[in-house]
Formats: sequence, C-alpha cells, structure tokens
Amino acid sequence: MGGFPILSVMLLVPLLGAIACLFLDAKPARMVALLATLIDLALGIVLWANYDIGGAQWQFTESAGLFAGFDYALGIDGIALMLIMLSVFLMPICIGASWEAITKRVGEYMAAFLLMEVLMIGVFAAQDIFLFYIFFEAGLIPMYLIIGVWGGQNRIYAAYKFFLYTLLGSVLMLIAMLWMVNEAGTSSIPVLMEYDFAPEAQTWLWLAFFASFAVKMPMWPVHTWLPDAHVQAPTAGSVILAGVLLKLGGYGFIRFSLPMFPDASAEFGWLVWGLSMIAVVVTSLIALVQADMKKLIAYSSVAHMAIVTVGLFAFNVQGLEGAMMIMLGHGLVSGALFLCVGVIYDRLHTREIDRYGGLAINMPAYAALFMLFTMASVGLPGTSNFVGEFLALAGIYQVNSWVAFVCTTGIILGAAYMLYLYRRVVFGIQKNADAAAMPDLSMREYLLLGPIAAAVLWMGVYPESFLAPMRADIEILDTRLATAAPESDAQLAIGEGAPIEEDLSHGGAH
Amino acid sequence: MDYANSFALVLPEIVLALSGLLLLLVAAWGGDKAARLVSIAAAVALGGAFALAAVAVCSGAGGLDTIAFAGQFRADAFAGLAKLMIYAASGAALIVAPRFFERAGAMRAEFPVLVLFATLGMSIMVSAADLMTLYIGLELNSLAAYVLAAILRDDERSSEAGLKYFVLGGLASGILLFGMSLIYGFTGTTNFAGIAVAVSDGLSPGQLFGLTFVLAGLAFKISAAPFHMWTPDVYEGAPTPVTMFFASAPKVAAIVLLARVSLEAFGTQDDAWRQIVIFAALLSIVIGALGAIGQQNVKRLLAYSSINNVGFILIGLAAGTQAGASAMMVYLAIYVVMTIGSFVAVLLMRDANGNQVENVSDLAGLSTTRPVLAWCLLALMFSLAGIPPLFGFWGKFVVFQAVVEADLLALAAIGIAASVIGAFYYIKIVKIMFFDEAGDTVRGAGDTPHWSLLAICALLVSPLGYLLIGPLGNLADMAAASLAVAF
Repeated sequence: MGGFPILSVMLLVPLLGAIACLFLDAKPARMVALLATLIDLALGIVLWANYDIGGAQWQFTESAGLFAGFDYALGIDGIALMLIMLSVFLMPICIGASWEAITKRVGEYMAAFLLMEVLMIGVFAAQDIFLFYIFFEAGLIPMYLIIGVWGGQNRIYAAYKFFLYTLLGSVLMLIAMLWMVNEAGTSSIPVLMEYDFAPEAQTWLWLAFFASFAVKMPMWPVHTWLPDAHVQAPTAGSVILAGVLLKLGGYGFIRFSLPMFPDASAEFGWLVWGLSMIAVVVTSLIALVQADMKKLIAYSSVAHMAIVTVGLFAFNVQGLEGAMMIMLGHGLVSGALFLCVGVIYDRLHTREIDRYGGLAINMPAYAALFMLFTMASVGLPGTSNFVGEFLALAGIYQVNSWVAFVCTTGIILGAAYMLYLYRRVVFGIQKNADAAAMPDLSMREYLLLGPIAAAVLWMGVYPESFLAPMRADIEILDTRLATAAPESDAQLAIGEGAPIEEDLSHGGAH
Repeated sequence: MDYANSFALVLPEIVLALSGLLLLLVAAWGGDKAARLVSIAAAVALGGAFALAAVAVCSGAGGLDTIAFAGQFRADAFAGLAKLMIYAASGAALIVAPRFFERAGAMRAEFPVLVLFATLGMSIMVSAADLMTLYIGLELNSLAAYVLAAILRDDERSSEAGLKYFVLGGLASGILLFGMSLIYGFTGTTNFAGIAVAVSDGLSPGQLFGLTFVLAGLAFKISAAPFHMWTPDVYEGAPTPVTMFFASAPKVAAIVLLARVSLEAFGTQDDAWRQIVIFAALLSIVIGALGAIGQQNVKRLLAYSSINNVGFILIGLAAGTQAGASAMMVYLAIYVVMTIGSFVAVLLMRDANGNQVENVSDLAGLSTTRPVLAWCLLALMFSLAGIPPLFGFWGKFVVFQAVVEADLLALAAIGIAASVIGAFYYIKIVKIMFFDEAGDTVRGAGDTPHWSLLAICALLVSPLGYLLIGPLGNLADMAAASLAVAF
C-alpha cells in the first residue's frame, strides 16, 4: 500500500460523515451514514487484501507526532485486522437496521453511530497505549447517548448503569497504564508487549486491567449492566454492543493482559477459569427462563464470552485461536440474532416471547434465517461458532479437564435455551392473531441478514481464511506465554495427543 | 537590585493599578452612564497586562533576575502563566457582565473597577515571595470580591452572599494571619527563601502549627473541603458573571499561592504538608461529587463541581515534584476554560422574557429546542467529568501521571476511583438535556460575545484541544521549572 495512510483514512471517513450527519435532515443523514460505512467496508476489504500474511507482525503502521505526551501511532496485526473487519462489516448493517426503525433525531443518531465506528477502529488500530485508552473510553459517550435517547422504556437507568459501570472499570486501568509507561519509558504497545515487568508489579497491573476488561467482556459477576443495556438499546445499538463492544474485553486480554503480564496471567488463571465456569452455567440457566428475547440473547452472550476467556487463559495455540474465532463468530451471530429480534419487534413492538408463535407459517424465510443463526449460536458444525468453541474447549482440555467439562455443559445448555426460544417463537400454533398477520422479510431485511448468514457459513466451512492472518500473531503470543503456562492436569503423555487435536481443529479447513 | 529593575518587573501590576485608579475617578464623576466605557477601558487594561505578562512567560523567566523589591515579589514564569489565566478569566467576566447587569438595571461603573482591583490583588498573590506580599494581595482581592458578591444591592440573595463571604472570609484571613505570625515567630522571617532556610532541618512544633494554619486559611480561599461550606451559598447568591469570576480567577490565584508557600517556603518539609494536602484533595473530590448529586440549582451544582476540581488540582500539588507543579498548571488552564464555558452556558439559560433561569430541570430537552447550546454543554460536562476524547481528560491525565511518577499509587487509585462518583452528576445534566422531554423553558437568546465565548471554550475542550498539549505542556514545564525550589 506504499505510504497511503489507510488506517487514518478509515478513521477520517466516518468522522467526517458524523460531523456532516449532525447538520443534515433525516433522509440525507441516512444516505451519508450508509455511504460512509460502505466506504469504510470497502477500505477494510482493501486492507485485508493487502495484509501480508506471514509478513511483518505490525503492518500499515503510521505515526505522527501530533500530540505531545503520547503518539498518534496506528498499526495492525492479524488479530486487530480481523476485529476491524468485523466492525466495518457490521456497521453498514447497523445503519440499515436503523433505516426505518429510527424516526426521531436521525441525524444525531447516525452521527453517534459513525462516531462509534471511528472509536472502534481506533481501539483496534491504536499502537500507543494512551491513544488506545482514549478510543476505548470515548466509546462511552456515543453509546450513552444511543441507549439514552433512542432506547426503550427503562433506557435512562440502563444508560447510567452502562456508563458508570464501565467507567469505574476502566479508570484503574489508566493508573496502571501510567505506571507501566513510567516504568518502561515508552507508551508504544508493541514495545510494552515485549517488556518484562517485575512479577510482583504484574500482579497489580493485571488486576487493574482485569477490572476494566472483565466489565467490558463482561464476566460474571460484573455482567449485570449488559442485559439492561442490551434490552434498552435500539436494535442497531444492541448489534454493535454485542458484535463489537464486547470484543473490546477479549481484545484487551489478548493485547495487554496476556503478553504484558504473562506471569500474573498464569497466576490468576484459576480466577478466570472459576468465574468463567460459573458464568457458563449460571447465565445459561438464567437465559433459559427469560421471557424477553433480547434479555435471553444478552445472557447467552455472557455465557459465550466466558468460553472466550477460558480459551484465552488456556495458554496454548488452540485456546487462543478458539477464543478469537468465538469472538468473530459471536460478533456475527449475536448481531444477527438481535437483528432477527429487531425484525419482529419492528412489526409488533414487543420483545415478549409469548406474544409470538408459529411464525414459520407466515414468515418462512425469516424462520429459515433465524434457524441458521440459532444453530450457529448453539455451535452446530458448519457454522462459525462450532469452530471457535471446539478449539477453545480443546485448548482448555489440554490444561484442565474439569474446566473443559463444566464449560462444555454450556454448549448443551446453549442448545437448550436457544432451541426453546426458537420453538416458542417460530414453531407451534399461531396463538396471536397480530403475530400471525406479520409479513415476511422485506428486501432491506434480506440485505441485512443475508451477508451475515454468508459470513457465518464461510467461517464455519473454511475458517482458514480467518485463522491464517492471525496464526503468526498467536504463535508469537504463545511463545511469549510458554514460560508461564500452567502445567496440564492430564495424566497421559500429552506429546501424542497434541497433533491429533491440531488435525481436528483444522479439520474443516482441509 | 535597583528600583528601575523592580518596577520593570511589576509592570503588569502597575498597569492594572494605575488604570484601576484612573477608572475609579471616571466612574466617580461619570456615574453609571460611563459604565460601558469603563468596562471597555478595563478590558483594554487587562489586555495590556496580559501582553506584558506573556513576555515573562514566553521567555521562561526564572532565577534571581525575577526578584523585585528585595525579595518581596517574584515575576517568574510560574507567576506569569497564572497571571495569563487570571487576566483572561477577568476579561471574560467583563465581557459577559454588561448584558446581565443591564437586564437587572444595575450596571454600575464600579463593577469593572472592582474587577480590576481584584485582579491586581490576584496578580500580587501569585507573585508573592513573602508572607507580607501574600497577605496584601489576598486582602486586596478579597475586599474587592466581597463587594462584587453583593453588587446587586437590591437583591437579597446577592447581599446575603456578600455578607456570608465577608464574614467567613474574614475568619479565614484571621486564621491565615495567625499562622503567618507563628511562622514569623518561629523562623524570624517572612520571606519564603528565608523560611525555606530556617526549616531546612526539620519543623519545630510552632512552625508546624503555623504551616497548618496557613494551609487552612488558603484552603478556605480555594474552597477545598473541609473549608468549602461557603462556596455553594456564595456561588448561588452572587450575580452569575461574578460567580463565573469567583470560580475561575481567584481559584487560580489562591492555588498558585498555595503551591508557592508549599513548594518554595516549605519545599524541604514536603512530608509535613503533603498529608494535609492529600486529605483536603480526597475529601474535596468526594464532597464535591456527593454534594452535587442532589443540587437543583445549576450554580450550586457548579460550585460543588469546582470543589471537586480543586481536589484534583491538589492531587497534582501533593506529588510535590516539578511534574506535579506543571500538571497543576495544565489542569488549572483547562479548568478555567471549562468553568468559563459552563457559566457562559448558564448565562445563556434565559426564558422567553430574557430572564435568567437557574434550575437544572429547566434544561430538560434542551437538545431538541436549542441543539447548539446543548451540544456545547454536553462537551463541557463530559470534559468536566474527565471522559476522553474531551480535553478535560488531559488535565486529569497529567495530574495522575505526576502522582504515579512520584510513586503515590494509593492516592492515584483512590483519587481516580472517586472521580467516577463525580461523573454521575455530569452525565445527569446530559441526561436531562438529551433524554428528557422538552420543557422549552430555555430560549437561549444570546448576543455575539456570549456565543463566541462559548464557542471558543467548546472548541478548546473538544478533541481539537489535544493539538495544544505540546505548547501548553511546554509553558507549564517552564513555569514549574522557574519555581525557586530544588525538586
């Protein structure tokens, strides 16, 4: 790409769009927003196409001494590339989902979404720890407005809770960052990733970062903001929240906690495992009894994210790859599920499961797509989530079979609550006349759900496309973690088992 | 140490003093008809003093060359930077005042003159290198301020604010004087440099008492908890332009003065004052945050917000390092901008008849009725809460950076965690403006000076402010380096 600052342009396009939207009426604002997000998607595809797999660890690097005190430094590795792709892919879909659903203050709404896009890309592309923090924290402002202005009944409570919860989580991280930069003498993330902090210091730093990422992730028991925020946010807000914002936590672990504090990560592995095990079982059971569709999917997100954390803290390649794949897969699938809820919510204006039923009769196309995403969420082979969940669980199984055992129940419980949801909404008799009268998907809705369905299947059938850019980076991380990795509890010689796992994990690819 | 050199160093103060005296005569003979003319002349005088002070700052003046009148007065870059903020804040108060007072039919020619004298007092405060100079500056500022608070003679709340400020301010001056007399008694000198020598090998109990009383007196002036009780009442009762003035310029002066006393006179005994400063800082952050939550009146709310902000500035002082002093100056500069912006926005809260409204609930739904005002206030509120990418974050950032470098990690962690409490009421204002149904009380009819002031402040706290980090940081570093203390 030569010297073309593609990452800066990807930040600039939605930013200019956001400023323009503030001054525009509803119709042109929608067009500008869609155009800006589509341009960013195109730029993202260019980015992926030009990403040199097996090349330098950090590519498309840019640096400018715009600010004293920290650098305006951007650059991506494979992990960041994939998450940026996820963001730019979901963004036009979010704009499309809000096309008709949002009628008041459209310009400001679109501006808030475009600003979110700037900040999300910025978070993944930042190579300076303070620049990262600014992007990371700034996301609170547009999201607070999106939930509070365009949300549901109880939106104000949800907006406060979202804002204060996440703010409290991240301020301690800032102190930790200040300490690290003071200690290491640089604020560059790539340098800090290779810096060895003293083990005692790592403990404190890890805890400070954990406070932030655990809330963002969200991990049990600090997940309670998520159901509120999800339920109250408008459909597109939920999509972006589940699709990308939750990934900030996982990205934080993989970019900061693990490589910067490997010893402390190993030391606290039991904590993460324990919380994840509780989360998988408890939130799955909670999801089972929800009467509100969005709440059910929100709780299922917490359970899925727990498998991500387990994979991350398995300290091996499978676990890390699996965690990344779940993050990407869950980003697509939960986003799509929220869209599916949005589709029928737009028609009937209720999220209560009991108000629907028998939709397969009057909305067959909708039922088929909803089925696909339900199956993907359950982790059916051939869909994106299967790859990720299998890899993550295979990874943790090598380290601790009990954790793997408990977390695997999450898959079974996941099947239970998702299929139960699907049965009540789509199958059965048409007990509600108004629900039975709903028309099937419109062209716009096909265009929203279709691309996600294609991506979900692609990721399930040929995950290699997504794993290849990340492989080298995950190898580097694995090497970095090797010294600290906890011992396996397996009694057998693991030397023989490992290659088999490796084969299985890429089974879909070959 | 010839007098010509000394006079050259106090040139900004001379400009202020002479123009103040001259304008007093104009005001006395011209009466209230001359009010506008006096205002403009006072603003010009402030501009001249600003330009003169800017020279000292830009050259990074420091060392022995900046000492005037045999060690009474220091015109170094630290004082210079503070003066720039003070003059700018005073100028802003002069700009917004006429519209407000003319509405109340009470635009008096004394107002600009009093502002000039208060500014002169502050100018002397920040340059004080001796307890005597300190007290003269402080009292000149305070006396003018008492009258300013009560300048709406027919308004009960204004008179009450003036009286309250006077009584409690007198008490604080007494405490301060008592502390100064103890310090003088136990060190034998009133000069900061002399005190620094006298206490260099430990504080005697008498000196410690003196230090404590001086700090208590100054804590009153900066309205740091637990000496903050007067602030909400005075801020609420005083006319809004005067409140804006109180919340910005004298804060800068008193904090800079506090830094000078702590760092220059007692720099070697930082363990003695650090615990007091930390105590006041954390208490201010918490009380400022909790107290603001229940407030219905915008001015009271901003009063608590200023208490909260003083806490963060004191955290920078508690670091006791050059970086800490520099961070404090950066925070102060950003704080002044945010305060002026917020109060200009409050001044723009006018109902259909052009009367001021002051209730937080009057802002309901402002984003649909007056979007520009609402977005500016949104930027200011998130900035005050310290949320990036707004510029207020940078103030907190440098302060906490200094504290972390000074290895006061517990202070940093507690301080920043407490800042989350403060975020609650700032986002509550955003909630009222953006989430609530429109009440359509506030019409926001304003004139060009108000809107341009607000626009400047909003632009400075917007992410564009980050482009200024470099120059601002350099100025603050130069200022901190010019302090007569070996960090």
